[in-house]
Amino acid sequence: MNKKKVKIKINNKTVNCEAGITVMQAAKKAGISIPGLCGHPDFKARSTCRVCVVEIKGRRNLSASCSTFVEDGMEIITDNERVINARNMNLELIFAEHIEKCEDCIWRFECKLLAFAKEFGLKITKFDDRKRDRKTYRFANAVEIDGTQCIDCRLCIDACTQLQKIDYLELKGKGVNQEIVPSAKKDKKCILCGQCTVHCPVSAAQEQANFEEVEKELNNPNHIVVAQFAPSIRVSIGEDFGLPHGKIVTGQVVSGLRELGFDYVFDVNFGADITTIVEAEELLKRLNSKDKKAPLPMFTSCCPGWVNYVELYRADLIPYLTTSRSPHIHNGGLIKTYWAQKQKISPRKIVVVSIMPCTAKKYEAHREEMKINEHYPVDYSLTTREFSFLMKKNKIDFAKLKNSKSDNPLGEYSGGAAIFGGSGGVMESALRTAHVMACGNKKSGICNSKIDFKSVRGLDGIKEACVTVAGTKLRVAVVNGIGNIKGVLDNLKNYDYIEVMACPGGCIGGGGQPIPTTPEIRQKRIDALYKLDKKLKVRKSYENKSAQEALSWLKKQGHKTEHSILHTVYKKKTNNLT
Amino acid sequence: MQSIIQKIKKANLTGRGGACFPTADKWLMVKKAKGAKKYIVCNASEGEPGIKKDKYLLEKKTDHVIDGILIAINYLKAEKAYIYLNPAYYKEFGKKLEKIINTLPIEVFKKQHKAGYIGGEESSALNHIEGKRIEPRLRPPFPTTSGLFEMPTLINNVETFYDVSLIAANEYQGKKFYTINGDCLYDGVYELPENWTIAEVLKKTDNYPDFDFFVQVGGDASGAVLNEQQLNQQAGGGGSITIHSCLKHNPIGLMKYWTNFFYNESCGQCAPCREGLHRLKEEIEKKELNWQAIVRLLDNLEDTSFCGLGCSVKMPFSSYVNNILKNNDIKINLPVNQRQCLCECF
Repeated sequence: MNKKKVKIKINNKTVNCEAGITVMQAAKKAGISIPGLCGHPDFKARSTCRVCVVEIKGRRNLSASCSTFVEDGMEIITDNERVINARNMNLELIFAEHIEKCEDCIWRFECKLLAFAKEFGLKITKFDDRKRDRKTYRFANAVEIDGTQCIDCRLCIDACTQLQKIDYLELKGKGVNQEIVPSAKKDKKCILCGQCTVHCPVSAAQEQANFEEVEKELNNPNHIVVAQFAPSIRVSIGEDFGLPHGKIVTGQVVSGLRELGFDYVFDVNFGADITTIVEAEELLKRLNSKDKKAPLPMFTSCCPGWVNYVELYRADLIPYLTTSRSPHIHNGGLIKTYWAQKQKISPRKIVVVSIMPCTAKKYEAHREEMKINEHYPVDYSLTTREFSFLMKKNKIDFAKLKNSKSDNPLGEYSGGAAIFGGSGGVMESALRTAHVMACGNKKSGICNSKIDFKSVRGLDGIKEACVTVAGTKLRVAVVNGIGNIKGVLDNLKNYDYIEVMACPGGCIGGGGQPIPTTPEIRQKRIDALYKLDKKLKVRKSYENKSAQEALSWLKKQGHKTEHSILHTVYKKKTNNLT
Repeated sequence: MQSIIQKIKKANLTGRGGACFPTADKWLMVKKAKGAKKYIVCNASEGEPGIKKDKYLLEKKTDHVIDGILIAINYLKAEKAYIYLNPAYYKEFGKKLEKIINTLPIEVFKKQHKAGYIGGEESSALNHIEGKRIEPRLRPPFPTTSGLFEMPTLINNVETFYDVSLIAANEYQGKKFYTINGDCLYDGVYELPENWTIAEVLKKTDNYPDFDFFVQVGGDASGAVLNEQQLNQQAGGGGSITIHSCLKHNPIGLMKYWTNFFYNESCGQCAPCREGLHRLKEEIEKKELNWQAIVRLLDNLEDTSFCGLGCSVKMPFSSYVNNILKNNDIKINLPVNQRQCLCECF
C-alpha cells in the first residue's frame, strides 16, 4: 500500500514526504537538522523543551516541530531570526537549570548542552543557576540522579515507568519546584537497571562513576590490572567514536584497553561460555529431577537487574533462578584462581575491571556472596560510557586503533557466547549446549546440527517457543525488557525455561550503553551479534576447548571451590538496595 | 420540531469559558467521534481571578445547569458527566448539587486546591479526573476525539450548559454574564445582552467611573487592558470587566501581580513557562528594571509556550503598555523615564 504523500516547503525548499510524520522528521529527511532536548524515540513526544520550535505560515505562535505533523502545503521556516531567538532563549533558560560540573562529568564529550552552546554561540551561564540546593539521590553503588543538573525533560521518568514499569522515579512539586525523586512508597524499589541514565540527555541521571578508582589502579605499579569486556560492548562502543551503528569492533576494544594501560585483556565471552555450560547442565538436571528445591521453570540469572527485581519484588521466585553466576563474575573468579595459579600471581595483586553495558553490574560485582577467598571476583565495573570517556580523556582515537587480540586462555569463545548480549541470546546459547550435552549423554550422534533457535530472537516484548532438545520438548519464553515481565509471571506453569533481560533488547540496550540507544540502534547492535555468531567456527559453548579445560581444572579443586566460583545464592530483600 | 443541535446553531451560541468556540460545532465533533463511551465535563473550576459568574450560576441557576448537562448526555448518549468543581464552590454548593443530581449519571468532582488555575485548562482537568498529574496534554488529539479515558469528551463551561438549557426551552435571549470588579460602586455579576459594549455594560450597571480609569477585560490575569477610548467593543473571554483608577493604581505592583500569579500557577511542564516565569519574577523584583530582558522573556512565553497559560502571559503587559502607557493623555504614577523606556521596549 502506498503511503499518502504530502508536499511541504521547508526554508523555501519544496519537500515531498509521507503524511503522518512530524515536521522534525520531515526536516531531517530533507537534510535540515532541528535541535531538540526532550524527545526520545522510545516515547511519545512530550514537547516541553521548546527548543525545536519552527515558524509555520498561518500560525500565530511558533510550533514545536517534534509534535507538529506535516500537512499538505505547509510552509515551514526553521532558521529565521524569530525562530533562532526563541530557540536560543529556551536553550539559555534550560542551561540555567543545569549546574555545570563538566570537570569530572563523564558526559562532557557527548553533552548536548555543551554542543548546542558551541554550535549556536551561546553562554551557558547567562542566568544564575537556580538548582544549587537540589539533592543528589544515589541508588546503591550503581545509579544516581543529580537534581542540580536536571533539565526537567522527564525522560528518566518515562524510562522508569513506561518502559520498565518499575515506577520508582516520581515527579514531585509544581512549576519551578518540580523535582525528580525516588518514590516514597515502600513497595517501590529501584532495580538499578540504569534505563534512566541511558535516556537522560544531560547526565543528571547517570552511573555512579568508578573511572577515577580504575585510573588509580592503572597507576599502581604493584597491581596487575586486568580488563575484561562484555559481549555487547564490541557492537556498541564504535558509535561513541563516529563509527556506524552495529559496527563490530572487538579488536579495537582490546587495543583501546591496552592503550589505557591494562596489563591483560580478557573477553567476557569466555565467561559466557562457562555460564552457558553451567546453566545448561543445571537445566538438564532440573528437567530430570523432581527436587522441590530446583523447580521448573528455570529462569536465567545473568542479568543483575532481573536478579534485583526477583529479590526485591518476587522473592518467591528465588528457587526458580539458576544458581549459575553471570559471565563476568565467572571470568573474574577464574582470573583470580585458575589464571592466577597458571601465571603464579597472587590473587591479592590482581585487580579485575569489567567493561559492562550495565549499571546494575556495579552492584552485582560487590555482592558479598560473590567473594571467593575474601576476594571479589570483579573489583570494578565500568559502563561502556565510562570506557568511552576514559579513551576520549586520554585522547585515544578509537576509530583508528589497530586490532589486537584478547589474551588467552580467557580470550577464546563460541558463537553462543557472542550472542549473550542480545535478548534471546542466553536462551539460544544454553539450548545449543543443552542439546549437545543431552545428546552426548544419550550417545546419539544426530543432534549436533541443531544450532539456530530463531524463534527466540528479535525485539518483541515476549517471545515464546516450543523447542525440542535431544528429544525432550521444552516450552521456553524470552522476556525482552522488565516492563514485559508480567505477562510471563502470570503464566509460569506454561514454561520450562525462561530468559529475562531487564533492559529492552538485552545488554545491547543496557543502561550503561552509549547514548542514544533507540529501537533502531538496538536492532543494528543485535544484528551485529548474530553476524558475529555466524562467522565463528565454534558455535556452541560446550565446544570451547579452553572453557572445558578451565572447568576440568576447577573440578579438580574440589566441590567447594568449584561451587564457590560457579554458583551463587539469592536473598529476599525488603528494603531498597544499598 | 427543531433538534437541540439546530437550536444551538441558530442561537449562535459560543463557549462561555472564554475561548468562544462555536458550541454546536463542538457538540457535533463529539457526536461524530468514534468511541466505546462518551463523556461530558462541565468545567466549573473558574480559576481566573476577576471572574465569578460560574459561582453565581451554580448558586442561583443550579437546575438550569444540571438540565443543560442532561441535554448533552441525551444528545451524545454519554456514559457519564462530571462537574469539575472549584474547591471553594464545592464547599458551598457541593452538597446541594449532589442532592439535585441524586441518581442522575453526573458526578461532582472536587478539584484539588493545589490544582489551581492550570487545573482549569480543559486537558489538565481531564488529567485531574483521571488521577494523573495536573497539567495540559499535548494536542492533537483533542478532547472531542480522545478526551477523558481516551474517549470522545465534551467539555463546556457552566454558563454554556446554562444557555443550552434556555435554548432547549426556547427561553434564550442572547444574554451572557458579566463580572464587574475593581474601583466601582456596584461590583457583582450581571446578566445582560452579549452584544453590548463594555461602555454600555458599565453605564447600565451604574459603574461607569467619573474619574480617569482603564479596564482589564476577560480576566484579571490574562485579560487585555483597554483605555477609555476602547470601550466600544464587547467584553470577550470570561466576560469580566475590572476597573482600575489611573491615579490610584500602582503600575509596577500590577505587573508584579500578573507575574506572581502566572509564576505560581504554571504547571512547570515546558521550559519557556517554567524557567521564563522564574526569570521574569527575578527581573521584575529587581530595583533597576531591565525592560528589554523582561520583554524578551514575555515574547518567548507568548511565542513558544506549550499551552495557553504561557502564551497569554504577555497580553496584560503588552496591552497595558500599548493602550495605557503609550497614551500620553493618561496620567500614571510612573517616572517619565521609566514610562518612556517601557514604551520603547514594547
